[in-house]
Amino acid sequence: MIRINNLHKSYPIGKDSLHVLKGIDLHIKEGEFVSIMGSSGSGKSTLLNIVGLLDEHDEGDYFLNGQEIKNLNEKKGAVLRNKFLGFVFQSFNLISYKTALENVSLPLYYKGVSRKERQKIALDYLDKVGLKDWASHLPNELSGGQKQRVAIARALVTQPKVVLADEPTGALDSTTTDSVMDLLKDINNEGMTVFVITHEEEVADQTKRIVRLKDGIIISDTINIQRNPVKTV
Amino acid sequence: MFDLDRWREIFQSINKNKLRSIMSGFTVAFAILLFTLLFGVVSGLKNTFEGAFVDNAVNSMFVRVWKTTKPFNGLQSGRRIQLKNPDYDYIAEKYDSKIDLMTARIFKNFSISYKNKQDNYSITAVHPDHQFLEKTIITEGRYINQLDINESSKVIVIGRLVKSDLFGQKPALGKRVNVGGISYKVIGVFSDDGGDNEERISYIPVTTAQKLYGNNDYLNQIRIGYNEDLNLDEAIAFGKLVERDMRSKLDIHPDDQSALSVRNMAEVSKGVDVFMIALFFIVIFIGSGTLIAGIIGISNIMIFVIKERTKEFGIRKALGAKPSSIVGMVVQESVLITTIAGYLGLTLGTYVLSLIGNSLEKDYFIKDPSVSQGLVVGATFVLIISGLIAALVPARKASQIKPVVALRAD
Repeated sequence: MIRINNLHKSYPIGKDSLHVLKGIDLHIKEGEFVSIMGSSGSGKSTLLNIVGLLDEHDEGDYFLNGQEIKNLNEKKGAVLRNKFLGFVFQSFNLISYKTALENVSLPLYYKGVSRKERQKIALDYLDKVGLKDWASHLPNELSGGQKQRVAIARALVTQPKVVLADEPTGALDSTTTDSVMDLLKDINNEGMTVFVITHEEEVADQTKRIVRLKDGIIISDTINIQRNPVKTV
Repeated sequence: MFDLDRWREIFQSINKNKLRSIMSGFTVAFAILLFTLLFGVVSGLKNTFEGAFVDNAVNSMFVRVWKTTKPFNGLQSGRRIQLKNPDYDYIAEKYDSKIDLMTARIFKNFSISYKNKQDNYSITAVHPDHQFLEKTIITEGRYINQLDINESSKVIVIGRLVKSDLFGQKPALGKRVNVGGISYKVIGVFSDDGGDNEERISYIPVTTAQKLYGNNDYLNQIRIGYNEDLNLDEAIAFGKLVERDMRSKLDIHPDDQSALSVRNMAEVSKGVDVFMIALFFIVIFIGSGTLIAGIIGISNIMIFVIKERTKEFGIRKALGAKPSSIVGMVVQESVLITTIAGYLGLTLGTYVLSLIGNSLEKDYFIKDPSVSQGLVVGATFVLIISGLIAALVPARKASQIKPVVALRAD
């Protein structure tokens, strides 16, 4: 599903440049539940942004669903994101003046789905995350956990190939963290590829594969046996 | 353009951000309101100035004479100049091709009486063409004609107010009035847009006046209506030519303005034209300045709005919005607001102008102020285009920001 070979990324800082990713090799198959662990500055967010086509890499190859990602313009990027990717952000990134239902149906609008169909599908997904009764509420009328569940519903609504979650529990307390992680596990159990970035061991522990990143390189890539009883190493 | 979902998005965005929408709308509405009022007021001024000349034919000039103030050709200064029939005939023959209408004028003052009513009135002796040069409106009977001139008939055309003074509501036509002791037959009654004074005059044939009051061939003024094909500059040149000719014919010093002058309406209307053109440019300058201020206002607001929405655009792009859809959304919203606000400003402006109407005519010379359809459409068009550009430029820039950068914006 995701194949990355020798990926490099630098950011210019004044006249110098900061080398953030220094040759990442990563292969994620369909249906995997992967977490990227690392302290801040390790380059994990940069990796997710590149995987999510929100940013471009400098060097190396990146194949998403068998398609090479190279010299994408904004338009092609938008189409690919809409088709293959669903995002869950730490700060939720819901549009404040839209209701929960409208937020969830927005990706379908960009996909070109009719209004009636959109609302029906979006309501189904809100139901799935347990927020059907909150459909007409604005984000500021929802709790943090509820917002993140709306965001997850929004990420799933187009039935993407991969769900990318950037510190999905970073702004949540431990109880809601568990409920959000349970939701991501459920999604993965249904066959969706889930890619989580976190710096919390408890969160990473609940995923099936843990990739540790330090200073722009992968230092370990282990199968979480505890969570992956079916497959053996 | 007619994507219902797109419109829903736009109305939602306008609705949820009322203050922002009202602010940008207000800027435009106010600019257009000022623009409309400015042009309306100027058109009102123009109406007043143009109205001031309806009383006399525009393509006319007067030859008038007084006393000389400079010696010339061995003649002393202080000599009274007298126009006579040969002068009239001389101009008529020499410039036949350039002259459409021509009349002499002799001014008299007599008491006119009918039965037991009597008063003093101005009487002007004229040729038939005088009717058209003075824009006299015959309401009853007829004007003086060539036959009256040829036969020196004792006929008189009286003004509306002369008639009401002497006859009241009774018919005047065919009655005989006593003018300074001589009996005249009333052949017509007239009115004149020039005001009451012009309706207290009576007209008699030139030849009658010359024969009965002095038995000479004296004239007080010659009035010429030149060919309408002459443009302003040609008409002015013609006036100068006549002036020069008459000076040499009457032995007047070429620079002696006090002895003879030709008052040419072409020069007056040229003066008014120049004034109107100057006014027009001033208005264009201020008017476009107002519009530009409005445009800059909305551009500023759009830049701010788009900056404020950068994060939202980042979210939308992460969810699959193409740059074009973001640009389209912002531009459409801006054009919608400018169009509606511009229309409101125009409507309000036109309404205010219609309220003003003729109420400012007396004190401020503003008569029936209004704006032309073309100007209204043009200004609206300029606004729509500017609303489009004001949104397009920053929106395009914003839409090209990488989502990762846009998402970080606050």
